[in-house]
Amino acid sequence: MPILEVNNICKTFGHTQVLRHINLSLEKGQALSIIGSSGSGKTTLLRCLNFLERPDQGVIRVNGETLFDADDPSTQSEAAIRRKRLRFGLVFQSFHLFPQYTALENVMLARKLLAAEQPDFKARKREILEEIEAQANLLLSQMGLSNRASNYPHQLSGGQCQRVAIARALALHPDILCFDEPTSALDPELTGEVLRVIRDLAKQNTTMIIVTHEMTFARDVADHVIFMDEGVIVEQGDPAQVFEHPEEERTKQFLSHYKQG
Amino acid sequence: MKLILEQMPIVVNALNIGFLQTLKLFIVTLVGAFPLGLIIAFGSMSRFKPLSYVTKLVVWVVRGTPLMIQLLIIYYFPGLILNNPIWGGGETGRFLAASTAFIFNYACYFSEIYRGGIQSVPVGQQEAGLVLGMKKSQIFFRVTLLQMIKRIVPPMSNEIITLVKDTSLSRIIALQEVIWAGQSFMKGSHGISGAIWPLFFTAVYYLIFNGILTLLLGRLEKKLDYFR
Repeated sequence: MPILEVNNICKTFGHTQVLRHINLSLEKGQALSIIGSSGSGKTTLLRCLNFLERPDQGVIRVNGETLFDADDPSTQSEAAIRRKRLRFGLVFQSFHLFPQYTALENVMLARKLLAAEQPDFKARKREILEEIEAQANLLLSQMGLSNRASNYPHQLSGGQCQRVAIARALALHPDILCFDEPTSALDPELTGEVLRVIRDLAKQNTTMIIVTHEMTFARDVADHVIFMDEGVIVEQGDPAQVFEHPEEERTKQFLSHYKQG
Repeated sequence: MKLILEQMPIVVNALNIGFLQTLKLFIVTLVGAFPLGLIIAFGSMSRFKPLSYVTKLVVWVVRGTPLMIQLLIIYYFPGLILNNPIWGGGETGRFLAASTAFIFNYACYFSEIYRGGIQSVPVGQQEAGLVLGMKKSQIFFRVTLLQMIKRIVPPMSNEIITLVKDTSLSRIIALQEVIWAGQSFMKGSHGISGAIWPLFFTAVYYLIFNGILTLLLGRLEKKLDYFR
């Protein structure tokens, strides 16, 4: 059974249809790259999966459980959505770290707030908080940021910020980690260090959806590639096939821009 | 000059008492207007349109009319028009009326500052909180609030310093604040009459107090400099 199934998602902003009948599925431990030009609906799709946008139509299932069904209002209550969001992690293009917290605090904040809701929190408070801090430190060291734990975001480079943001998303153990153009706000030098981290995650079989304009990276890291255009999935398949032998004219046209460059 | 030096201890004593009343009104106004302003700000930002319209209307009226008129209406309206003198007589009644007018007036000004502060925090902050499973209230108190405070300290400082001076308006309903105390020496008080210098001298009180406030607010601004 696929870990993620998306059926017939549609989303309209005003008069613009941003997503049209999107269907996709993803197996546990696999990485999916979504490529396509700006405005093709890639980001909106990720935002729908993370409940930052509400699809007008369609169903989202994770591990067979229906998280969202446009026809079933009971799946759309604010309280229910909050818990379901935790199935997904989202790494933003411009990081959105919390500026008033250190790198370590950024990673710990959400876990701490969730822990406080556990019934046994009062009794085991110290133990739980120590556990959270140890986990956060471990994540930061995996991101190569052990020596940056006590720095504030404005003291970090863009690449370091993005790695903190990845650690922050991983801290909640999402089933599926989504990246929304994680390197688009970075210069080429910093892009490398972020891509390296994502490659490592792929090696550890983290289930991921990556929206990116880095074609080489998309090809290398992904088990499956989707090409989107004007809100439609134009073509999908394994990376070698989509990148080397695209069938659709639109895909060829899009990829040709990258081959020249 | 010699006369002034002789009168000084008596005058300072009376002005101190008056300034205490000024200070009381200042503090009560801040304590009331800080939270009330936040509530009004949320009202005017509400997605429930009727609430947002009514709130904006109230803010328009309060900001669009002189505080002095508001003081007069709040103090005299219940007793003279409704025949229901809710404030009671005496200094306590006047203080309650003045506090009500000041809290309401300043809350409306603060609400606009809060609104600007909240709206200047990037939406991404809220979205980051949401995808991390935080509740809206947690996002406000743990993420947005401090960033908002950092942004509103300079405009707030302005309002707070204006408030110190505005408290003198309460003199219109005969609240015995520092200017009232200074003026009393013109008509005659504590055996001194026809002296106008005590009224001028009240300015020193405002100046010193605002100097202290400026230092404190500057320190707060510095303290929040640790993040950007």
